Amino acid sequence: MKVSYFPGCTLKNKAKQLDIYARKCAEVLGITLEEIEAWQCCGGVFTTSRDEVATKLSSVRALQEAKEKEQVLVSVCSACHNVIKQTNHAMQNDTEFADRVNRYNGVEYDGSTKVYHYLEMLRDLVGMEKIKEKVVNPLKGEKIAAYYGCLLLRPNSVMQMDDPENPTIIEDIIKAMGGEPVIYPYRNECCGGYVTMDDPKFAQKKSENVVVSAKNNGASRIITACPLCKYNLDKQASDIPVVYLTELLAEALGVKEDGDEQ
Amino acid sequence: MQRIGVFVCWCGSNIAGTVDVQAVSEALKNEPGVVFSANYQYMCSQAGQNMIIDAVKEHNLTGIVVCSCSPRMHEATFRKTAATAGLNPYMVEIANIREQCSWVHKDMLTGTEKAIILGKAAVAKVNLNTPLVAGETPVTKRALVIGGGIAGIQTALDIAEAGFPVDIVETKPTIGGKMAQLDKTFPTLDCAACILTPKMVDVAQNENIRIFSYSEVTEVKGFVGNFDVTVKKKARYVNEDICTGCGACVEKCPMKKVPNEFNLGMDNRSAIYIPFAQAVPKVATIDPNHCNMLKNGRCGVCSKVCAAGAIDYKQQDEYIQEKYGAIVVATGFNPISMDKFDEYAYNQSKDVITSLEFERLTNAAGPTAGKLLRPSDLKHPHTIVFVQCVGSRCASCAEKGKEYCSKICCMYTAKHAMLTRDKYPDTEVYVFYIDVRTPGKSFDEFYRRAVEEYGVHYIKGMVGKVFPEGDKLKVQASDLLNNKQLHIDADLVVLAAAIEPDKSARPLATMLTASMDTNDFFTEAHPKLRPVESPTAGVFLSGTCQGPKDIPETVSQASAAAAKVVSLLVKDKLKGNPCVASSDELMCNGCSSCERVCPYGAITYEDKEFRMPNRTVAIRRVAKVNPAVCQGCGCCTVVCPSGAMDLRGFANRQIIAEVDAICK
Repeated sequence: MKVSYFPGCTLKNKAKQLDIYARKCAEVLGITLEEIEAWQCCGGVFTTSRDEVATKLSSVRALQEAKEKEQVLVSVCSACHNVIKQTNHAMQNDTEFADRVNRYNGVEYDGSTKVYHYLEMLRDLVGMEKIKEKVVNPLKGEKIAAYYGCLLLRPNSVMQMDDPENPTIIEDIIKAMGGEPVIYPYRNECCGGYVTMDDPKFAQKKSENVVVSAKNNGASRIITACPLCKYNLDKQASDIPVVYLTELLAEALGVKEDGDEQ
Repeated sequence: MQRIGVFVCWCGSNIAGTVDVQAVSEALKNEPGVVFSANYQYMCSQAGQNMIIDAVKEHNLTGIVVCSCSPRMHEATFRKTAATAGLNPYMVEIANIREQCSWVHKDMLTGTEKAIILGKAAVAKVNLNTPLVAGETPVTKRALVIGGGIAGIQTALDIAEAGFPVDIVETKPTIGGKMAQLDKTFPTLDCAACILTPKMVDVAQNENIRIFSYSEVTEVKGFVGNFDVTVKKKARYVNEDICTGCGACVEKCPMKKVPNEFNLGMDNRSAIYIPFAQAVPKVATIDPNHCNMLKNGRCGVCSKVCAAGAIDYKQQDEYIQEKYGAIVVATGFNPISMDKFDEYAYNQSKDVITSLEFERLTNAAGPTAGKLLRPSDLKHPHTIVFVQCVGSRCASCAEKGKEYCSKICCMYTAKHAMLTRDKYPDTEVYVFYIDVRTPGKSFDEFYRRAVEEYGVHYIKGMVGKVFPEGDKLKVQASDLLNNKQLHIDADLVVLAAAIEPDKSARPLATMLTASMDTNDFFTEAHPKLRPVESPTAGVFLSGTCQGPKDIPETVSQASAAAAKVVSLLVKDKLKGNPCVASSDELMCNGCSSCERVCPYGAITYEDKEFRMPNRTVAIRRVAKVNPAVCQGCGCCTVVCPSGAMDLRGFANRQIIAEVDAICK
């Protein structure tokens, strides 16, 4: 099965592991990620920009390309996914916005492409049974803390992925890989996000809460799907590794090799 | 040929703001049959009605079209006007150019065009109207009250007081409802049981009142004045007439591990139980899901200890048929489930409770005998956080909460906070709120006392997250006035859960053909002027089944509903609806299609002799409509394959004429 894939800027430099292992794992699980041609930044860093239409054009072009190929659009970065799904929702429901975007792009796009986060792809297109089947290095009961962050599941009315207050999607995948998920209260709290540029102390406190809570609940590793979350958590996590969920998956599926990151 | 008068109403600016009323009356002047057309500011006013009466006389009108609001609103008004002018009231047609036109359109041009079309359709129909005469039906002088909470109790008492017999049907083994579970009542802090239980006793002792407890309504047929109702008396395996309520069986029952629903599962009861000490009727009930005797035949202790010999393991559900003139719905409310509110950790910690659970924890007859102890370790809580609006005013989270304000939570939370501080001054009490809403007599004073005299910390802002850590509950919240995030280590968190109509309300509304809003609250006939009547004739509303209410309001509405019932039951006869179906027996082929779709059972069949050619006689089976039972819904006219069935006042050719007028 082939799906359209929107990697996003960070995955091409700071977060290469997220991208590389996403592709490798998908192949093992029978899905080819076809990168959108000449994609541009999703608009994630412009979320506060006032000209909302301009920042959404790139997302809509990616959605349009997936539509032409009759594929679903998959992304793995939490921020890209949030922007793309929200934009697609707006294209379906906000006719004025959709009109303006379509006039810019010169193409009629109606919001009909299905947008999947990589996690949703694993759950809905691959299935936990298939993952279990393909695992060659099971995690042998290792205690893994899933870190969702704030924007992977929110706003729920648009994301429609899992219950934002008590999610299970990553925990189910951890179980499929043979690990033991750690349920800790801060798993769906904010890491501090971009506030780290403005008020590093505040962001530090937020991510410290997460790391400490995960450790106190017995986790040996924290996994996340978001490069910014990893950036913030890493700074507080001297004695507990924070890895991308695709990296852990690659480990379990036996496709992680040293040197991949370069 | 009819002589039709058209009267276009402005409804102030309600219609005239979006519809050019002058253009409408001009356009309709040229329709076939129309001899007079005018418009006026308020057709429903005395002056407007006089205008119609004068025009009928002056122009010898035989039919009237009023272009105004919904017929729900003023059809009856204008029918009376026509009768005053000497016309048959059924020669009046309403074109709804308000709810179905001016209120839903913004553009004057299209609004006017549509109003003209609607007016033309009404004119086309009146051209084919014939005078109809309403029959009369007798009124059964007995009322049914569905629900035995404070609303149903008050309604039943007032109807009984007026001398009419009343039956209360209550699904629980006792009447009393939610009020029986409360501790104190705001704003006067009198104990709920002390003011409720005497009323329950009054109900039990009133000769005019019968209580069907542990029962439910399963079928409603008929119409205003003549409802036929089936009540299912669920088997309680105890003979109500013999049981003395002594409680020996409850004490000796070996199965004592059944979650006690009266205390919201915070303690246990036995399999045979009396919900609480002042229950009415005070008789025991066996819970068949937990009774060993009923489940596997091994026990029988209660039967042995019952001195009265009231236990009857073979008891069956019993169905009772009764006729009623009026039905009052008093099905009440429940707090919504907290399952979808994981941010407050209700399912993760026993020390996160709802406000109703808090009532039981502070009630002297509750699981802790009135001592405020937290459920997990039965220790006295020193820091309590109350969260208001959990699931109320929740427009952004409609998938889990309710958009409306539940109305009672601000006041009962103030009560809980105040009583806690009064009894346990060493306890810090925080209340998080969106707004504090205290309209009501002595309500704001009450809330101010909680803040000023009792030192309750009221904080504007919502709680974002609660999670257990050690033996504390970590509460994260925002203080909007100080623009700060707060972290509180609480011992107990109390959630003011939104309230919703009881789950039995929706199927009941279907049985009664009574309308509901999107939240499953019963709709009133008019939100301001007919607040205790359902749009379905003979069905009345009492208490929270109609919308969130506190006790004073519930009792007022309950008495108001009773007054409406009494004014119906004092009548000996009711004018029926002449717009009923009738079958042309020459065309009917007796196929039974109509009988099968009739929701009211108004259609029967009879074998009738017909004269055939050459002096022969044939017997054919033909449909016959009972006009007293028919409600004029029109289902039969649609399914009749031979076109024999027709509805008076809404005849097929009248409907087609309307459609033609619209599509022309």
